[in-house]
Amino acid sequence: MIIISKLNLILPIIVTMNEQFLVIKIENDSLKLFSIGKWTLSSIRQIEIQLEKIPHDKKIIWDVSDVSDFDSAGVLLFKKYYERFKEETLVDVIAYTSVQKEMYDLLAAHTLEAIPQRTEHYLENLGKKAVNAYMDMKDFITFIGHVFVAMFYALFNFKNIRIKEMVYHVHHSGFNALLIIGLTSFLVGMVIAYQGAVQLAKFGADIFIVDTVGISIVRELGPMITAIVIAGRSGSAYTAEIGAMKITEEISAMRTMGFDPYNFLVLPRIFALIIALPLLIFFSDIMGIFGGMVASQLQLNISMAQFIDRLYEVLEVKHYILGMIKGPVFAFVIASIGCFRGFQVSDNTESLGLQTTASVVNAIFLVIMFDALFSIIYTGLDL
Amino acid sequence: MSKDTVVIDVKDVITKFGERIVHDGVTLHINKNEIYGILGESGSGKSVLMKEMIMLLEPYDGKIAILGHTLNTIGYKEAQQLREEWGVLFQFGALYSSMTIAENIEVQLKEYTNISKQMRDELVRSKIALVGLDAHVGALYPSELSGGMIKRAALARALAMEPKLLFLDEPTSGLDPVGARHFDKLIKELRDMLGITVVMITHDLDSIFSIVDRMAVLADKHVVAQGTLENVLQSKHPFVEEFFKNEYTKHTYRDKIGLK
Repeated sequence: MIIISKLNLILPIIVTMNEQFLVIKIENDSLKLFSIGKWTLSSIRQIEIQLEKIPHDKKIIWDVSDVSDFDSAGVLLFKKYYERFKEETLVDVIAYTSVQKEMYDLLAAHTLEAIPQRTEHYLENLGKKAVNAYMDMKDFITFIGHVFVAMFYALFNFKNIRIKEMVYHVHHSGFNALLIIGLTSFLVGMVIAYQGAVQLAKFGADIFIVDTVGISIVRELGPMITAIVIAGRSGSAYTAEIGAMKITEEISAMRTMGFDPYNFLVLPRIFALIIALPLLIFFSDIMGIFGGMVASQLQLNISMAQFIDRLYEVLEVKHYILGMIKGPVFAFVIASIGCFRGFQVSDNTESLGLQTTASVVNAIFLVIMFDALFSIIYTGLDL
Repeated sequence: MSKDTVVIDVKDVITKFGERIVHDGVTLHINKNEIYGILGESGSGKSVLMKEMIMLLEPYDGKIAILGHTLNTIGYKEAQQLREEWGVLFQFGALYSSMTIAENIEVQLKEYTNISKQMRDELVRSKIALVGLDAHVGALYPSELSGGMIKRAALARALAMEPKLLFLDEPTSGLDPVGARHFDKLIKELRDMLGITVVMITHDLDSIFSIVDRMAVLADKHVVAQGTLENVLQSKHPFVEEFFKNEYTKHTYRDKIGLK
């Protein structure tokens, strides 16, 4: 023990990590501290570790004038430990440069209490979510109300309907979706036929594959596939378009110029989808049945002529009409949700993503819900 | 002018967007420890020039060297190192909207250094105080802040990594006059104490007359005037005449522009 303390008197203890930033000389009644090296951001961690090891049971005499380079982080670190040492013992800073002093004074003049934490209790979150869901519902009902008012107004002021925008959206949401809808329907038709074929072949009732494919595609799957693809494709696009306009304050600009956003942005999109979706459903029906036809030929050896013959017999027009009726309803649901979610975007980029997701999820869910509703109604009416 | 003192060296830069030529041989150099202003009318390519300096755009032709690194031939690693040495203040803040202000300032410290959480907090708080914001602002999200506060927060973020080089795109636009002068004073103080180099795009006459050491005026695809205020004032280019010697400046800054 004695030997060590003797040694301390002779040799300066050098606290070393990889590089040294502090030289310590222990004297009888005091501890001399020399800051050296680069006191910059990149070495803060190492200096901090070395500072932690400084004993503060004696008076500290600190010399910072030999620091080769420093930045405000380095000075801040000095300030932090200077204040901490001062609480425990006497600290004397004996040498510093004028620039260091200036920097120290600048930092000392600009201090801040701790930044409050944004902590949220789970009950608080739950409450917020519940209120948000309720407000969303209320806002949506208000939105639908606005849309109907705008529609009613448009009925009597026919020239107010934005034909150009409508055609643009029919092109983008309708015509441009033909390929993907055709392909999806074709594949679904094939899958249905393949699956049905295995079961029907067991009973030797091969030809009934035509009934299965024809009726299920036209009544249920055609409208459903189309609506889901369009909800993913156009519903999200509507949200993103309107949301981006909201962020850049274009919507506010429109309002101040007296351009009603419902008339200029919402109605053209809703009308466009109401026109485009039934047409797409028709196309989807054709492609779905064609897919079934191809699969039947491959799997059950039912020729296309046979298939079409049978289709004439079993596929009543009523099935086609019942499927088609869903079109405009789905279209209204998808377009109004898409536009509504767009208006819900608040002025940050994060909410744009959230609302776009919500738009697609809501639209698909509502499409399926309305489809179920149609099934109940059709069954109730014995259709 | 020795080689060490030149921090940014731009030589014969040509920038084209399709057929449109923005710069047709822009040459300038920025020395260490100076506050350098880039001026020019809208559409003269000030922001584009700055974007080329911070490697967001590549010039069609010409050479840009920053802190001794030639940007035309810079490798990935070297570029990453260089990016840690500068701070950029974007015109509209460009704060990350999913993070609070404190997190925005902290993010680079967290990613690039091993500083303890406690010390990071101290650094963040010091930066927030330095730009004149209150503690509670640190817990807010950018969307909850006013334009002026976003500017300040963005400056705090630009300063977070203790940069040697600071790029400011219209730092005082959108600030109230008092805030703008505070901003100028802070930038000058930091420059004086830390020896950093500041490149700023600005239209603010007060900034130009009070803190800018040297400047370049961009017009007609070229640098039409360069140097200290005195040098620039000698230019007879119509933009310089219009900008510095209009009725307002003649009245307000008569001593600075050498009118009796």
